[in-house]
Amino acid sequence: MISALILIPFVAGLVAFIPQPAGRRRLLLFGVGAVHAVLTACCWVQMPDAILGGWLALDALGLLFLSLTSALFLAAAIYSQGYLAEAGGQSYEDAEEGFLVDNAPEAVFIGCLFFFLGAMTLVTVSQHFGVLWVAIEATTLASAPLIYFHRHHRSLEATWKYLLICSVGIALALLGNFFISVAAIGPGQEQGRLTLTELVARGSRLQTPWLKAGFLLLLVGYGTKMGLAPMHTWLPDAHSESPSVISALLSGALLNCAFLGILRATQICQAAGLGTFSQDLLIVLGMVSLGVAAVFILGQTDFKRLLAYSSVEHMGLLAIGAGLGGAASFGAMFHAVNHSLAKAALFFVAGHLLLLYRTKSIADVKGVLRAAPVSGVLWLAGFFAITGMPPFGTFLSEFTILKAAFEQGRYAIAAACLLFLALIFIGMATAFLGMTQGPPGAGAPTPRRVAWTMLLPPAALAAFVLLLGLFVPGSLSQLLHDAAQAVGGL
Amino acid sequence: MFIDFILVLVLLTNLKLLGSSRLGACIRVAAIQGVLLGILPWWAHGHPAAFRVLGVTVGTVILKGVVFPWLLFRALREAEVSREVEPFVGYVPSLLFGLGGLATAFWLSTRLPLTSVVHSSLLVPAALFGIFAGLFLIISRKRAVNQVLGFLVLENGVFTFGAGVIGETSLLVEVGVLLDVFVAVFVMGIMIFHINREFDHIDTDRLSSLKD
Amino acid sequence: MAGINWTSLLSVIAGIALAPLLPGIISRVKARFAGRRGAPVFQLYFDLWKLWRKGAVYSRTTSWLFRAGPVAGLAAAAVALLVLPFGSVPAPLAFAGDLILLAGMLGLMRFMTIVAALDTGSSFEGMGASREAFFSALAEPALLLALGALARVTDAYSLSTMYGALSFGHWWSLGPVLALTAAALVIVLLAENARIPVDDPNTHLELTMIHEVMVLDHGGPDFAAIQYGAALKLWIFSTLLASLLLPVETGMPALDFACTLAGVFGVAALVGIVESVMARLRMVLIPQLLVSASVLAAVALLLTLNPVETKAGRPAFKAAQAGELQRPDSAPAQKADGIDKPTR
Repeated sequence: MISALILIPFVAGLVAFIPQPAGRRRLLLFGVGAVHAVLTACCWVQMPDAILGGWLALDALGLLFLSLTSALFLAAAIYSQGYLAEAGGQSYEDAEEGFLVDNAPEAVFIGCLFFFLGAMTLVTVSQHFGVLWVAIEATTLASAPLIYFHRHHRSLEATWKYLLICSVGIALALLGNFFISVAAIGPGQEQGRLTLTELVARGSRLQTPWLKAGFLLLLVGYGTKMGLAPMHTWLPDAHSESPSVISALLSGALLNCAFLGILRATQICQAAGLGTFSQDLLIVLGMVSLGVAAVFILGQTDFKRLLAYSSVEHMGLLAIGAGLGGAASFGAMFHAVNHSLAKAALFFVAGHLLLLYRTKSIADVKGVLRAAPVSGVLWLAGFFAITGMPPFGTFLSEFTILKAAFEQGRYAIAAACLLFLALIFIGMATAFLGMTQGPPGAGAPTPRRVAWTMLLPPAALAAFVLLLGLFVPGSLSQLLHDAAQAVGGL
Repeated sequence: MFIDFILVLVLLTNLKLLGSSRLGACIRVAAIQGVLLGILPWWAHGHPAAFRVLGVTVGTVILKGVVFPWLLFRALREAEVSREVEPFVGYVPSLLFGLGGLATAFWLSTRLPLTSVVHSSLLVPAALFGIFAGLFLIISRKRAVNQVLGFLVLENGVFTFGAGVIGETSLLVEVGVLLDVFVAVFVMGIMIFHINREFDHIDTDRLSSLKD
Repeated sequence: MAGINWTSLLSVIAGIALAPLLPGIISRVKARFAGRRGAPVFQLYFDLWKLWRKGAVYSRTTSWLFRAGPVAGLAAAAVALLVLPFGSVPAPLAFAGDLILLAGMLGLMRFMTIVAALDTGSSFEGMGASREAFFSALAEPALLLALGALARVTDAYSLSTMYGALSFGHWWSLGPVLALTAAALVIVLLAENARIPVDDPNTHLELTMIHEVMVLDHGGPDFAAIQYGAALKLWIFSTLLASLLLPVETGMPALDFACTLAGVFGVAALVGIVESVMARLRMVLIPQLLVSASVLAAVALLLTLNPVETKAGRPAFKAAQAGELQRPDSAPAQKADGIDKPTR
């Protein structure tokens, strides 16, 4: 089962590069997305067996992130049908600077999407730190051509920054892996094992200085990929210049996979008794991310960059939740689900706005509710979801995290969080409400209809976030509980 | 003792990269470093004649000594730029920074005791110094090819550490790491080609239109 | 310290007598490389004899400094010779810290030459003096760091005990450190003695000179003193390098002496070869070369400071200090007889 989950995307990626009619390739995209989702659903019913001697296995944490990845990929596959029909293969005039832009060949787009899916699946199922590292590096390499889909100089700059910064971060994470391997070397000079179960089992016998240094490096390295400040500098550029589908996948799935890497490292620290060390570091980075996001959201002029900084903010919240431990871990897991779904929906709708208004500037987009009612409603819904308003699920998850902070007596952290969240709400409200309300104004959109394939995914995702705010299904709640227990202890 | 010798040579290659002013020389020195580091794990574990280990060693040497320089030289040739390194930090200050980094690496390695594992007392300092040199090269050089070179040096530094510590059992991971680095350099080479085509230069310092 | 023995005196006399041979060897090697026969090896002796019998002309703008410069420089070189060990033969006046005295004496010699050059008031000499001061300021750390590394390796702070304790066992176990030190010393030798690639001794264009232009105005016995002092300086540096490269300790002082003498001549020949195959570096690249020398010496020093423990249990240089070196033939090291071991 696990091998099918990994091999199908890779094989499909190779097939996508074979010259074939565009329609067939897009159908392949949808087909693989559907098959992958079905296989993941089967994993919910019954956990698959471990393969490769325990190196690849699914546990609760992995299943959670795998489901998110699979669901988002399916949504992206459906959205891409409409998106590629509109944008694929033709040159168009760039909105900001007016030159003619080419797109990359569709084969590259779809092929790299498949590799991306395969690499992310590998991240979620790997129990061996070496394989985890290889998979995360593979996601970087698979997504770089995707960011460079629209071929112009801004996206090139964004791709170069993304490639270099993430590769440097991941190289540091490799050093962290080696440090942890040294920490695990026993007195009889056995080689250090890097599988999660073995490391957790030897928890108290791991050598502390090496483990601390290794965790620090892993946090910085994978934190670069996750978007924690101050290593987040690639995030706004990459998200604003890549196609909306890719931004949705990056924000919704990739950042989570990097977070998974950090969580695996915290699992070892917990087992070795260094829990407070790892948690304090996570809280510090989380607070910095929240602060940075708040500063840059106020007065933001580009709505895709706004969404990107919002991703930084939510990754900060996830880090704080994981760092607080206890009930906050459950909150963090729940928040990961809510954020992924809501952010993906928002990016999909941003794609609509780009299609209709041909600009990324907040000031130039007005009256979406009147010009394109469905997109406008979804845009507003997404805004409420992402800023944590009831009855959406994000309200519950953020509330859980903050409540745990108060219960642990960490009033300063809770107060600072509330302050930053308020600032972010103000910034985003100015932008979103300005964009949706009022008459369509001078930059009136061209009268085009957005295809139903582009409307369905964000609607479904937003509806699901709303549902989670009202009622969490039992199996999901159990899964979240198991995942939180593995990470922070309930 | 031979391991000490290899590690001191690796140290010297890093210093040379910090102080060199010609891109062609930099690429060749990085290739020499790669070859040295390919031989190191094989020698450090008592030079076994097992086919797998030998295969990985030969593969590493070919990849780092031949393929990477070829990719980088091709990127340089396509870009048709002058072969001068254009640094932000001059060569003499770079060398002095490098010296400071070396002293820091030695100090850090005393804080991380590796009593029973390494075959040479120079391993951890050489690895940490390689990492520092790689990061410094990425930051202080303007050209995209130099930044890729810095990334390679950084990976070499991390690999130095792993080579002395990880045994032959993790061959799979070593191969995976190697493949990842190869694909990374390949993709970066393509990006450099695109950068040059788009901008007529490969000065990443001038890529600054995206900002808040 | 032990009383002055006859080998030490012999080494000083050899230095005084044989120093002018070295420039002759160098020019002979260069001539052979160029396909010429070249001047005789004893040419400098003939030049000194000729200059000594001449009179000197002093400019009215100069003061006593101009006359004192060459003499003081020669005196400083002679003092430096007194603390210089010749291979494993100790110097006549050895004491702890005499490596600082050596560097200081060489610095004094350089200083007197610079001051005498500035005293003439001519712009050419001033230019040469400023260049010399700059390059020597960059080369001085390299020399001190290199000698410091050697001191750490042998755990002694007197040149004589340092070089006395060096042996081929040190090369076997601490090869990288000694190789880096030797490389740094080579660059310092070329820089301090005004050889290619730092300075061309045969150039006749004042704008390209560094050392020769400082002594343009000296004549007669003063110039003889300067030439002789330069030869002594070359002898000192060559001895430092040759003793490092060939640390023979056979136990028979005469044999050691002869080996080191051969080493000194070999170093001179090596300088000749380097001068023949390389061209002079551009002025702006010389600071980089000198800083590289300092960096090499600093790396050597850092390697000796490395306190990291290994599988073998103790850092190699600590084992070397305790006299337990690993010999190439894998027999445990014996205490060499006849030569004093370093006192702690």
